[in-house]
Formats: sequence, structure tokens, C-alpha cells
Amino acid sequence: MNLKFKNKKITGICVILPENRETFEENIKNYNFTESQSLKLKNIMGYGVHRIADLSCCVSDLSKYGMEYLIKRGIIKRQEIDALILITQSPDYFMPPTSNVIQGLLNLKEDMICLDINQGCAGYIVGLINSFMLLEQEEINKVLLINADILSHKLSRKDRNSYPLIGDAVSITILENENAYNSEIFANIKMDGTKSDALMIPAGGFRLKSSPETAVLEEDSSGNFRAKDHLVMKGDIIFNFVQTKIPPLIDSLLTFARLKKEEIDYYMFHQPNKFMLQKLADKMNISYEKMPNNVVENFGNASSVSIPTAIAFNLGQKLLNNAYKICLSGFGVGLTWASMVLNIGNLSICKIIEYKGEKK
Amino acid sequence: MLLLKSLKKLSELRIKIINILSEIRPEYDFSEDLNFIEEGMLDSLDIVTLVAGLDEKFSISIDGSDINPENFTKIDSIVNLLRKKGV
Repeated sequence: MNLKFKNKKITGICVILPENRETFEENIKNYNFTESQSLKLKNIMGYGVHRIADLSCCVSDLSKYGMEYLIKRGIIKRQEIDALILITQSPDYFMPPTSNVIQGLLNLKEDMICLDINQGCAGYIVGLINSFMLLEQEEINKVLLINADILSHKLSRKDRNSYPLIGDAVSITILENENAYNSEIFANIKMDGTKSDALMIPAGGFRLKSSPETAVLEEDSSGNFRAKDHLVMKGDIIFNFVQTKIPPLIDSLLTFARLKKEEIDYYMFHQPNKFMLQKLADKMNISYEKMPNNVVENFGNASSVSIPTAIAFNLGQKLLNNAYKICLSGFGVGLTWASMVLNIGNLSICKIIEYKGEKK
Repeated sequence: MLLLKSLKKLSELRIKIINILSEIRPEYDFSEDLNFIEEGMLDSLDIVTLVAGLDEKFSISIDGSDINPENFTKIDSIVNLLRKKGV
């Protein structure tokens, strides 16, 4: 499905990371593999340092901290926020929506829309699409898009397939109408629910409720241990899905936008791991400089937060005074895959900050 | 003579592949005629490690869309994959 928007733009990006860092090396002992096997994989996949939130820390904590940071610095004002969209797979509660919780914590106005959307690796694009659709309304002039996941709490430390690559993070993206900014935004999105079990947390919802049985660690055929309460990924299916679906998705987007590949300044893609992104860049004939793959090694893959993290980490300050044509793409859970091309620049903020916990 | 040369090259190629596989999973004997995937000898991360090893050893870049289990079931299927890349 192709989508097009006009006179809308991103005006700020702020990424909030939990303070706690873990290195791949300190967790090697947890995996049922030799040290040399694990170290070889580290170099290929780009495992390094990832951010892990304390068990008491929830999505609303990091979101509140980030929002207050922006409000204190005058980058956003409470009264201006007409909509708050939260993209997460790790809400504080099943009910109420965590976006409402955040609205309450920050004393935002009643005359606004709060919306939780359950999306993962494609969630940044899904969030932008929904934000732009809301901005079509006359009474909505500013939308805050919060992408947030604390999935480390749903991982087995004895699962080498997922634990080393996942990180926790939140991002806040400010979106506004801008009449003078007459550029077009192009997007496309696809879904395939027949493969919804390729990336999932089997227990904890209403289909299979968490119980002492679902918490029992079981060994898989590769020597990883995980419970049904933990995230499980069919790595081969996901890998093949990305390599076969994303190149034509981007070709189709660029045709729709009447752009050539070389007219794009940066390809800021979801960051599953270094190897997958390098293979994607090779296949699409895009340089690694234009398609960064360094988020997993520095912070971990925080699902829908990985794209804004890649933007803030690799472009950061440059986006305060310059503008670039950037192609975004997210792909994963659902399965969902989506891309967008837009101008990003002259932002009020584009940085990564650290959450050090609430002062007691 | 040409046939002998070609057989020798194939045999050397198979040995190189077995060596890379044995480094990844030293606990298995990859010279046996088994289906590596069905037997649980290789998982998705092993395949990633194998592809990186093959890319490095033969100075090639195996296409991302070729990285699926069916291309890594036996030594012969890996040889066919390398042949596609001109090895």
C-alpha cells in the first residue's frame, strides 16, 4: 500500500536510554556455547554493549523523563500537544493504555488523543504514518510519537539468539504541520500475518496465560534455554524475509517518489544486527556509510526505537542546521515491513540522553 | 586430465567447507552424508557464521536472499551455492 503526505515534518527527535550497560563478554558464560564460538558470532553480528533497564523501570518512566526533559528546555509545551501516540510491545499494563498513563503523569490537557499501538520493528514508520494522518485534522497541530520498548524483561539470559542483540530504549519524535514546508512524504507498508509466529512471546496474553509452567526454561535444538514467557525468534525465517522483501519494497517506494537511489542521502533502517544490514546494503548496492549498522553494537536493538536511535547517533548535531533526504525502513514482528522517504533537518533537538532513574 | 583436475578442485573445495563447518560446530562430523539442518547440526546463527566464513575464505559476498536453510543442508548444496558465486 502506497501512502503520501504533504506539508508535514519531523521537528525533533530525542532518544532516552536506561543508564545500565551490559557487554556481550560478561554474558558469554550464560550461553551453552564455547567462548570462541560466541566471540566469532560477536564480530559477525556486531554484538557489543546493550542498554538494559532495571526490572522496576517501565516504558512510562523513561517516557516521562524524556518528556520532562523536552518541556524543561522549552522544546515542547504541554498545551501544544494535541496527540500522543505510543508504539510499544511492552506496555505498563494490559489496561489502561500506557499513553493515557503518560498523559496523566505529565498533566497534559484533556482535549487530546492518546493512542497505544502494538507494533515492533516497523513501528517507527507505522507511528509516523499514524501521526501524519492525525495531522490532517484541523485541530491537530502537534503530535508526539513515542516509540518505546523494554523487551529485555521478556528475554532469557540463556538465549544467545536474542539476549545479546536486544536493548531497551524510548524515543520521542515531534511532528508538526508546516505550511511553508512544501515537500511531499512518500511511504509504503505491507503485512503478512500468516508468519506472525516468526517473532513472538507465546505466553502472557489471553491465549496462553502466564503460569508456573510457562516460566520453565526449556532447551531448544541449538542449545538455547528459554521459557514460553520469553521472546522467541525464528531467525532463519526473519533473515530470509528481510533479504527478499526489503529491496523490492525500497525500489517500489523510490519509483513512487520518483527518486533515484543515489538521490537519497541516508538509508536509516531498523537495526536487527550488523550482518543482516551489511547483506542488505550489499544486495541494494548502497554503501555502509549511507546505511549505518552500528546501533546493535553500541546500544542494542530496541525494536521500533532503533531507527530514531540510528538517526540521532549517526547524524545528531548535523540535523540541527542541515536537512537531508532520508529513506527509512522498518521490518519485523507481524510480519510487517514498511518504508518512507522524507526530508529531515533543521530540528529543534536530535540527541540521545540517559535516564538515571527517579530521584527518591 | 581435465576431469581429474576438476575432481581434485571439487574435493579441495569440499575439504575447505568441512573445515569451516567443523570450526563452527566441532562436536559434529560434517563429512557424513547427513542433512545438517534436519539433524540439528546447524541453526540459524551457525548459518550466519558459516556464510561469513565462506565470504571471507573465498572473497565473495553470498547474496542475502540465498541465506536460507535449504542451501545449507549438505556439503553438495553449499558447493552449489559457491558455484553460483563463481568459486
